[in-house]
Amino acid sequence: MTNKLTAHDLTLIRGDRCLFESLSFALESGGLLLFEGQNGSGKTSLLKTLVGILELESGEIRWNDVPVRQIRQAFFESIAWMAHRVGFKADLTLVENLHFESSLRSTSMHRFDAVLERLHLSRLKRLPLRSLSAGQQRRVALARMLLSDAELWLMDEPFTNLDREGRELVLEITAEHLGDGGMCVIAAHQDVPLDVPTTRIAL
Amino acid sequence: MTVGNVTTPGLIAGLLGTAQRDLLLVWKRPGDVLNPLFFFAMVCTLFPLAVGPSVEQLEFAGPGVLWVAALLAMLLSLNSLFLSDFEDGSLEQLLLSPQPLVLLALGKTFAHWLTSGLPLVILSPLLAVAFRMPGETIGVLMATLALGTISLSLLGSVGAALTVGLHRGTALLSLLTLPLAMPVLIFGARTVSLAASGDLYSMGIYALAAYAVGALSLAPFATAAALRISNE
Repeated sequence: MTNKLTAHDLTLIRGDRCLFESLSFALESGGLLLFEGQNGSGKTSLLKTLVGILELESGEIRWNDVPVRQIRQAFFESIAWMAHRVGFKADLTLVENLHFESSLRSTSMHRFDAVLERLHLSRLKRLPLRSLSAGQQRRVALARMLLSDAELWLMDEPFTNLDREGRELVLEITAEHLGDGGMCVIAAHQDVPLDVPTTRIAL
Repeated sequence: MTVGNVTTPGLIAGLLGTAQRDLLLVWKRPGDVLNPLFFFAMVCTLFPLAVGPSVEQLEFAGPGVLWVAALLAMLLSLNSLFLSDFEDGSLEQLLLSPQPLVLLALGKTFAHWLTSGLPLVILSPLLAVAFRMPGETIGVLMATLALGTISLSLLGSVGAALTVGLHRGTALLSLLTLPLAMPVLIFGARTVSLAASGDLYSMGIYALAAYAVGALSLAPFATAAALRISNE
């Protein structure tokens, strides 16, 4: 089944600043949507409006031609969100954090060990997240994406804090997800060198 | 429910999962929960020392002091209800979960009551003895505190959700929560006083129970809406 995310005439005003105006784009299964721009240009805000955390001034976002605001919970079933803050509890272990995810959304827990192995996290299973480095915590956030059953991945600066190997892992995982018919929205200030159908939005 | 190899959690799994996570966090960092409890114990043990050993005065003031201390201890514990989730980005993950936010908020509030309200109820008989409260009245005190703290957790979660994005929102949180908490305080303390003087007190228990049921059915929706606003 192919999915479609479309945005029509998005306008967002924060305070007295207009971050973007009359922005329209479409994304289909297998496609990558890239928000490019400098720090503070509104990449993160645009991502947040896509999922409804920020209210738009005007415009509409549709998932398979249905306005997202009408099917919020169903839409949330289809998305995985990786923000700047990893969204884990620092006092809980990696396993406890990821198991909590499985009570929130559909997950493929049978792949748990394989995913940890792939992200080089197996040795860190029983440690509280507090004692992991920033880059390792980003890898745990990647594990959440891989375990989730979501078609649409939304990632805000996915390369932050990662070493070169980690960055290549992000690219590899993203390419795989797109190859499986998923879709991906990435906000990044650096290039995302992937050989896939890419829509670029410069902010 | 399992389709193929993908496990989709039910609604109860979301509610219990959230409560379980918060209980686990408290277990690993008990300090946040112990502080309000310590405050409650301090007020209730220092008060008799300051007022003096007159038995009539202590018996007269006991229900009021215990109830005011319990109310303030609950307020103290509310500030941290959503704060760490807001700061580490977990709140965003909860907001973007396919689970209804109302249930997740209720799960968090339930865990808050278990770790803040229930310990007060359990500790209260020990402190009531300092006010020369007879055994039967202590039973009434525990019943009113149990029902009252349920309401306070639920009402407080609305205030905590509204103020979570504000720096130093503690004063505002108290201002928002206290007016709604007044009926709980008045009915709670008065019911214990009536029981102590041998009057009919069951009406007070019913009123507190009704208030708790009302809060249970309305507050989670308000909390969920407030969380969406606060996270903007």
